[in-house]
Amino acid sequence: MRAARIVAALVIGTVFGFGLTLAGVLDPATIRNFLDFFGPFDPRLGFVFAGALLVSTAGYLFSRRRREPALGGGFAIPAGQPVDQPLVLGSALFGIGWGMVGLCPGPAIAGLTLGLPSVFIFTVSMLVGIAAHDLWLGRRVAGEAVA
Amino acid sequence: MSAYLQSFIGGALIGLAAAMLLLINGRVAGVIGAVGGVVDGVLGRIDGDFWERTAFVAGLLIGPFAFLLAYGALPEVTITGSLPILVVGGLLVGFGTRLAKGCTAGHGVCGLARLSTRSIVAVATFFGVAIVTVFVMEHVL
Repeated sequence: MRAARIVAALVIGTVFGFGLTLAGVLDPATIRNFLDFFGPFDPRLGFVFAGALLVSTAGYLFSRRRREPALGGGFAIPAGQPVDQPLVLGSALFGIGWGMVGLCPGPAIAGLTLGLPSVFIFTVSMLVGIAAHDLWLGRRVAGEAVA
Repeated sequence: MSAYLQSFIGGALIGLAAAMLLLINGRVAGVIGAVGGVVDGVLGRIDGDFWERTAFVAGLLIGPFAFLLAYGALPEVTITGSLPILVVGGLLVGFGTRLAKGCTAGHGVCGLARLSTRSIVAVATFFGVAIVTVFVMEHVL
């Protein structure tokens, strides 16, 4: 079962990476132009989220009717956690970085394949930011982002 | 294919990946959670989900090559930003998403789908702050 879970994660990650590429979000300009209402506004990120939420919501609603995921192990869905300061502060810090460059974690990783030094510098800095958080706060992040 | 339709279909594939990970492995498709798990593994903290997370991240890197095979070219991208902007931006994205326990994928695509209050607050916060950041950089500074 363990090998099957790993193979499934590899295939699903590939679908995710293909989707990011097709959606146009490997290009930071797509993101920054969506966020800039007073500049060359580009609505495409809205279409990306619409498509993603439509299918993701259908998948979630379907999962509610299943007792177990296909490969077992239960559904690890965070629930009952409060809105707290780390959530708001962390999201605000993320918003600054996302606005500055136009890359969030998925496109930062997938974008490494483009072979651009600037993406490489951004992504390595992101990894350092993750390591700094996890070493500093000394705890494993559980819940929301399990993948 | 129009650019809008292409973005919609690309988004639908991202949503499909999120639905598949939930229905097959029972996990939330959080990119920062997966990448963070790989980073923690490199730092010597390997847990039961390490290889699953590593495989997902490897898939993110294979995805663009699958696109290259299908369409014959990778997309053109425009990334502006000086070295300090790239470094500070990267540090903020890594630290911030880890602190908030989710990014555009975990809170955006997955959390909003189940109407999680935490995710709604996270998405409203990072979109709001990012809009202000772009406005200040492009129209004030």
